[in-house]
Amino acid sequence: MKIEILGSGCGNCQRLHENVKKACKDLMIDAEIAKVQDFKSIASYGVMATPALVVDGEVKVYGRVPDVVEIKMILKGFTEKGQ
Amino acid sequence: MDIFDAIAEFVIFNLLSMRSGEPFTEALRFFIADMIKVLLLLAVMVFIVSILRTFVTPIRVRKLLGGSKEGAGNFIAALLGVPTPFCSCSAVPLFIGLMEAGVPLGVTFSFLVSSPLINEVAIALLLGLFGWKIAALYVGTGLVIAVASGVLIGRLNLEGEVEGFVYEIRSKGVEEKNLGWGARFRFAKMQTMDILAKVGPFILLGIGLGAFIHGFVPIGSLAELAGSDNPFAVPFVVLIGVPLYSNAAGTIPIIQALMEKGMGIGTALAFMMSVTGLSLPEMIILRRVLKPKLLAVFILILAVSFVMVGLLFNALLA
Repeated sequence: MKIEILGSGCGNCQRLHENVKKACKDLMIDAEIAKVQDFKSIASYGVMATPALVVDGEVKVYGRVPDVVEIKMILKGFTEKGQ
Repeated sequence: MDIFDAIAEFVIFNLLSMRSGEPFTEALRFFIADMIKVLLLLAVMVFIVSILRTFVTPIRVRKLLGGSKEGAGNFIAALLGVPTPFCSCSAVPLFIGLMEAGVPLGVTFSFLVSSPLINEVAIALLLGLFGWKIAALYVGTGLVIAVASGVLIGRLNLEGEVEGFVYEIRSKGVEEKNLGWGARFRFAKMQTMDILAKVGPFILLGIGLGAFIHGFVPIGSLAELAGSDNPFAVPFVVLIGVPLYSNAAGTIPIIQALMEKGMGIGTALAFMMSVTGLSLPEMIILRRVLKPKLLAVFILILAVSFVMVGLLFNALLA
């Protein structure tokens, strides 16, 4: 699973990064977590408000920081799909 | 005397049994009353605007503004900027998204001006500390500035002063789910707690400093320096306020206290607008998408507008 965090590196993006790491750890998912800070790449996802959470190329949340519970729900959807 | 003053008096005289008339008592009384009033207003305001925000998403703004015309487009953009959140880190993706959808440059700027300038935190503080007349004056003038500066930038034919890559981006569309009322309320509740936690310390600090000024600085001591008659006061505060990175929460209480000591109303408005409307970090971020010339034009137009607003209201309402 590939998780991308889109954002220019402000406090919200860091909070999202922390929450994602925690969610992965809780679910014991071994995901690749990448930070995308380049505006061109961010814009090419069609995201107009940061931070954004992208899982396997799909924009799942943008413009706010989801909490760990919500991220877990999102990630669970992806692990079930993969099996 | 309103309910908040009554609460403050009860705390000061009945619970703390302090003596009236002393500077510290006055400062504390001012602090308690303002603090309760502002926090309450802020919570209500942020909640209402957050509900509104679930309807006015960036993607809908983009749809509404795509292919819009000068005038009406600028006005709608300025209005939509009010409930839309603005954090300087989102300024660039927002700008790119709007340009990509074919929103005219001038209309995009109207949005870019009103979004930070007119926000729910500033409105709540103005309502709480200055009353509805000044709050309305601020919002009204802010909208006029957003529309006028957008129209002006649109007429200057500066499309070539946007960094080239902005025009090359072709994004995948993001689909948007329709939220139910339950989700809207949950979002608003989260936002309210988030924003209160974020700006709470600034308000505490701002009102604390304001209360100190209220209690210890003699009335009228700023009349000569920052009063309506001093024409240099307005450009001076705008020059300080434009690069300053602060939020409405911390500055408005201090400005209120300064006004009481003689700062002119126009000077106060100009200072508030320059602090909330523009900041150095925002300029640095916008430089990624705007070439230096357009960025300079943008800063100049805003700074001149704020000075004009200050001089106008100093003259009209002195």
